[in-house]
Amino acid sequence: MIDFTFTEEQEMFRKAAREFAETQVAPYVAEMEKTAKVPAGLVKALGEAEMMAITIPENYGGLGLGYTARLIALEEISRVSVATAMMLQVFALGIEPIILFGTEEQKQKYLPGLATGERLGTAAVTEATGGSDPTGIRTTYRKDGDDYIVNGRKCFITNAHIADTLTILAKSEDDPKAFCAFIVEKGMEGFRATHEEHKVGMRGCNTGELSFEDLRIPKENLLGEEGKGLKVTMAAIGDVGRGGMVGCALGLQAACLAESVKFANERILYGKPISKLATIQSKIAEMRIDLEAGRLLGYRAAAQHDATGRASNEFAVAKYFTTEAAQKAAKIAVDIHGGYGCMEEYAVSKYLRDAAVVGPSAGTSEIMKVIIARWTLG
Amino acid sequence: MMNIVVCVKAVPDPKMADKIKIDPVTKTLVRENIDLVINPLDRNALEAALQLKKTNGAHITVLSMGPPMAGNIVKECLALGADTGILLSDRAFGGADAYATAYTLAKGIEKIGAFDVVFCGMASSDGATEWVGPQVATFLRIPVVTMVHELIEDEGADWLVRAAWEEGYRKVAIRLPALFTVARDLNQPKNLSFSGILKARKKEITSWSIDDLGVSPDSVGCKGSPTIVGDFGTLETGRSVEFLEGTAEEKAERLVQILTDSGAIA
Repeated sequence: MIDFTFTEEQEMFRKAAREFAETQVAPYVAEMEKTAKVPAGLVKALGEAEMMAITIPENYGGLGLGYTARLIALEEISRVSVATAMMLQVFALGIEPIILFGTEEQKQKYLPGLATGERLGTAAVTEATGGSDPTGIRTTYRKDGDDYIVNGRKCFITNAHIADTLTILAKSEDDPKAFCAFIVEKGMEGFRATHEEHKVGMRGCNTGELSFEDLRIPKENLLGEEGKGLKVTMAAIGDVGRGGMVGCALGLQAACLAESVKFANERILYGKPISKLATIQSKIAEMRIDLEAGRLLGYRAAAQHDATGRASNEFAVAKYFTTEAAQKAAKIAVDIHGGYGCMEEYAVSKYLRDAAVVGPSAGTSEIMKVIIARWTLG
Repeated sequence: MMNIVVCVKAVPDPKMADKIKIDPVTKTLVRENIDLVINPLDRNALEAALQLKKTNGAHITVLSMGPPMAGNIVKECLALGADTGILLSDRAFGGADAYATAYTLAKGIEKIGAFDVVFCGMASSDGATEWVGPQVATFLRIPVVTMVHELIEDEGADWLVRAAWEEGYRKVAIRLPALFTVARDLNQPKNLSFSGILKARKKEITSWSIDDLGVSPDSVGCKGSPTIVGDFGTLETGRSVEFLEGTAEEKAERLVQILTDSGAIA
């Protein structure tokens, strides 16, 4: 029989992540909701708790753990703050291309700082003309001696204003089929973080636009082979991006369920808690079924990645299911709360707003279906 | 190098307190479906040892008594930074009261051998007798200071500690070896970390049975426990409302009466 139990060590990772989330993240949630800014103390705490180091190999200052450990951490943090989990998941999205495609020099230079949180990472692919279809991007590069000159704009970039080390994608000015992935460092001439978005949910997780104006990038910052940058960024998006969103979604599902159970047991109607009403029980059961199913899909994909190094299609299935389920769970949680669900004092109103952002992040459900259909049809 | 023993207890997660039930027949806690955690005050005890290890160097042995599943709690202590873990586990130890628990722990400490300091949490979050620490010290024939809030001088063999004392506090000069039960405000325990968990991979937990301790079955567990739970009940709480009528003086008089009757004022 297949063993579906977590190891004792994985249970301890969960405990550690939960302790961290409840003691170090929770105190920032109200401030993040109010200001929509990333608290510096929170980022420092994430670094000190080794949350950025999870998937970085040990010889570069990381913990050398796999996707299961990462998913556990993200789920637990997301239960307390989806915005923080999102921030963290995108740090990894910036880190992974360096782990997978970086030269030894690039790994030595960037990974230790990214592991401690001294440097913050992100990936910048999406543009107004291409996100899920990255071939549609208009940011270009051209060679100038040993350097590359990059021009263009990126949008909807998580961590845009706080990232120090960014993996970006650009298309050749001369060949529309040639793409390059580069490591860009904050402070390079011609690089700017510009417009800051005001999202409906995940407040406190920074999202914004980037501008590249004759950005000169030395050849040492080319990631992977020249012209084959799509492979570099897509490998990270498929596994890290979708896998990370599964963690955000599972945490949100769990939070919706926990708040709903608490409220349903406390709210008295007709002389008894509403949890005694069949209609409420049905809603609670639906949320529980989706959470259990989502965990099976998500952790199955993570375990497969740990074993084989690849699970982008399985993560697409899990990403589709859990982000849809999180949106459903948030709606049900608000419904169970009745009028209270409309009040900002109750966490479920925030969950509903967060759920709206979980859906399209790292690819909409429609795009997940396209990927799943391609996988299935061959 | 100093040898420190930290006694820890696996207790039902206090966050799940509303789900904890007492078996009316056995008069013991029903532990099924309740997560076990390190007794919160024992984490302060472990933290005290970890801080000493950091400043002066020390070898920390964590000692616990409980069923095999309590081994997870010992493992967590190793992940938090303890060096060695020992679990006293045997069916014969089951059902122990504070006295038999203290006796068994003391026998475990004797088997560990040389030690300088024993730290215990001041109380457990489930039993809350506050007796185990002092009783362990008595069995070991070493001095004890309870409810320690501050280690003022903790180098060498002569220590000075501040501890709670009725409405105030006392400063106690004490020569090691000694046992200290610690209060919550002694320190802020650190969180479990992923790297600590990885380091614990290489640390072993030793399990000792009644045979390993070489004690009589009559002196441990249920048989060695003089405590008999006579009865228990649930405290009933409720609310009531009374609108005070009349003049201000009459209302004040009635209010004083209510407060006096309730014991709020004398």
